Amino acid sequence: MNNQSENLSRIQSSLKRRNRSEALFQWYGRTAIFIGLAAVAVLFFDIISKGHGAFRATYIKLDVHYDQSLIGIDNLADAAQLVDGNWAALSKAAIRGNFPDVSGRRDKRKLNKLLSNGAGFDLKDRLVENPQLLNKTEAVWILADDDIDTYFKSWLDNNPYDARLTDKQVQWIDDLYQQGRIELFFNANLFTRGDSREPEQAGIRGALMGSFLTLIMTLMLSFPIGVSAAIYLEEFAPKNKWTDFIEVNINNLAAVPSIIFGLLGLAIFINFFHVPRSVPIVGGLVLTLMTLPTIIITSRAAIKSVPPSIREAALGMGASKYQMVLHHVLPLALPGMLTGAIIGMAQALGETAPLLMIGMVAFIVDIPSGFSDPATVLPVQIFLWADSPERAFIEKTSAAIMVLLSFLIIMNTSAVWLRKRLERRW
Amino acid sequence: MQVTNILFLLVGLGAFGYYLGRGRSLAMANPLGGIRRLHSLPSYHGMHVALWCLIPSLILLGLWFIFADAVINNLVISSLEPALLPPDSAGYNLVFNKINNIASGVIKEQGQPLGLIEAAQYMDSLRTMSRWSLTLLLLTVSLFGLAWGQRKITVDFRARPAVEKVMQNMLFVCACLAIFTTLGIVLSVLFESIQFFRSVPLYDFVFGLDWSPQTAIREDQVGSSGSFGAIPLFVGTLLVSAVAMFIAVPIGLMSAIYLAEYAGKNVRTFAKPALEVLAGIPTVVYGFFAALTVAPFLRNLGSDFGLAISSESALAAGGVMGIMIIPFISSLADDVITAVPQSMRDGSLAMGATQSETIRRVVIPAALPGIVGGIMLAVSRAIGETMIVVMAAGMAANLTANPLESVTTVTVQIVTLLTGDQEFDSPKTLAAFALGLMLFMVTLVLNIVALHIVKKYREQYE
Repeated sequence: MNNQSENLSRIQSSLKRRNRSEALFQWYGRTAIFIGLAAVAVLFFDIISKGHGAFRATYIKLDVHYDQSLIGIDNLADAAQLVDGNWAALSKAAIRGNFPDVSGRRDKRKLNKLLSNGAGFDLKDRLVENPQLLNKTEAVWILADDDIDTYFKSWLDNNPYDARLTDKQVQWIDDLYQQGRIELFFNANLFTRGDSREPEQAGIRGALMGSFLTLIMTLMLSFPIGVSAAIYLEEFAPKNKWTDFIEVNINNLAAVPSIIFGLLGLAIFINFFHVPRSVPIVGGLVLTLMTLPTIIITSRAAIKSVPPSIREAALGMGASKYQMVLHHVLPLALPGMLTGAIIGMAQALGETAPLLMIGMVAFIVDIPSGFSDPATVLPVQIFLWADSPERAFIEKTSAAIMVLLSFLIIMNTSAVWLRKRLERRW
Repeated sequence: MQVTNILFLLVGLGAFGYYLGRGRSLAMANPLGGIRRLHSLPSYHGMHVALWCLIPSLILLGLWFIFADAVINNLVISSLEPALLPPDSAGYNLVFNKINNIASGVIKEQGQPLGLIEAAQYMDSLRTMSRWSLTLLLLTVSLFGLAWGQRKITVDFRARPAVEKVMQNMLFVCACLAIFTTLGIVLSVLFESIQFFRSVPLYDFVFGLDWSPQTAIREDQVGSSGSFGAIPLFVGTLLVSAVAMFIAVPIGLMSAIYLAEYAGKNVRTFAKPALEVLAGIPTVVYGFFAALTVAPFLRNLGSDFGLAISSESALAAGGVMGIMIIPFISSLADDVITAVPQSMRDGSLAMGATQSETIRRVVIPAALPGIVGGIMLAVSRAIGETMIVVMAAGMAANLTANPLESVTTVTVQIVTLLTGDQEFDSPKTLAAFALGLMLFMVTLVLNIVALHIVKKYREQYE
């Protein structure tokens, strides 16, 4: 009796401590989840706050006189003359026309620096499209230099960053603002141009095309091969050592670091088979090998989820094993396989490291149009821009990341949607 | 004729063969009383003919792809005058590339030695000839195959088993691709590594304390040999991974426990996918985040407290890597914890244990093998992670265990050694493959052991 009450009092006295540790444990769990979610939020907030500005660019409105003698050509249809024309003179004359008081070599050079150094070529394109403008004057919004762009945006946010500008340049921008001649517009260049050393002229079109071509190549190879391998392993493979060996290899390849696939691509495809560097073909081959395990594993799960009764019914009706698989199992497993393929493609779209090994890091201005054109892909473009010293590239990099993330979000949500919509519950 | 055009032509011929074979089998069956007299359906007869038409010619095309260039190159080189032939292999490649470029019009012919121009013209003619003879040969082979397939069609011909046998072999080859890939990885890193270890002894590589792979161009320059002691890289890799695991394991594990044991349905359906977003973000984005946001933040924070934190510190790279690995650990641990039978929890709760006591004394010990396996997979991922460290960790190999300093890792060195134009047989590039071999072996062992543990654990509760 005495013993029992003693126990009871011991339990009573320890209960408070135990409950406290219970509460503490739950608090740990909540904190862990909060930290994880906070990381997601901080990451997205950081990228968006850095990158949203890049979707608009600074333009300066100037009166451009398309002076034939200034350009030094006599025939707009002659391609050779167009190349040799002094197009930069047009934009320089236009900005000097707006600030007639500026004198002295240095000041003039600083004045010219307000405009993008590609401004003359934009004017050329405009003139070639509208030949009747020759020797006439019109007001044009001309792309500003990246330093001006950075300053103007930060100035609009009341936090001016003028470290790379002279006082006079700041004054000129202020004048332009008073005249209503400097403004932000949608940055179409970001989506229509290839890479450039000048941040204001750089765009992601080339990288997007490269990613698209590489992904098409990857999908064309990895989906049929992955599905075939999954069918073999689920439906036909005998239970023996060789099949076990294949399975061990697949599971292991799924966990091999991606950079190793880059080494494989470099040694086998480029050095042994002499596939050219930097082209979507070799990128697609490497990413195929990398995504195959994912596709095989998800396809096998999809095939497994088809109930055996379907197979037995087909066989019972006299179908051969292949007819059973092709006519009955495969159509039922297809939604699950497609989900796996989309997830694999999302993985391939975000992959950078193996592509660095096979030379897809080259600085490529031209927009690739085929599988054998040198190309780079969006993640590698992000890597290249993140390495660039110009401050304006930070904004561009973040914007490219936003584009990449939105593609990934679209792909992943469509995979979830597809699974919910098409997958049958038995 | 372009290779793609040849392919289209072959596929067209195959489709034609299908049509012919199907028609012929039907024509044979009709007088006898319809297709039920046939052993196989007409479509199988068609496919059989199409396969006969395609497979031999595709094999031929594959062989041509592999051997044609080598044969042509050998013929061209052997046609060269001995005076133009360089003594060593580097010069050989130079001459050969020159001929190639003249032949394809990249270099203008003017000003080149006559022998080279002749060789280029010879190469050009050989290439044209090989392409035309290939076209002709392929057409003959596939037409012959088509005729042969057609001849074999009879009412009793077992076309379906024949077609299915071919399909089975194709499926088998696809499944074996995983083995070929592993083999390819092993061979590619192994051969280059063996070459590397010829110039740098294995012992110096694995136990050397000094890593400076810069080899001089001229013989007489300082430090012309470079030194390849990989210990600083291994230590740097371990340091960054340790920082990552220090962040990822507690957070990942605790969130998995909370989601599996405490969280209500609403929290679970919201928080689980939200955490998994972290797993879907490309590593290059984490690298950018680490290099441009976390590293400057940590440096400023350190200087506020009087600590000198390098702007390429292991802490920044490892911390961000840890965030990346959180969902990896939490989803693996979640699977493992939910697999622990409910009866074990019920037993503990019935004995009067609180929920956290049940988790700590019953659920976690029961799930421990699976959790350990998951953590090992996460470690293997941290070791092999590339982009975050390339962008946020340093280039210089410091032998230090201080996470506030800058270190470099194995993957960073592989990337820096292999991006850019280098000759392929210098120790500098080969060193990257030796590092790749180390990386592959370590992750392979970790993966195999971890997968084995996880599998064993699963069987325990099934």
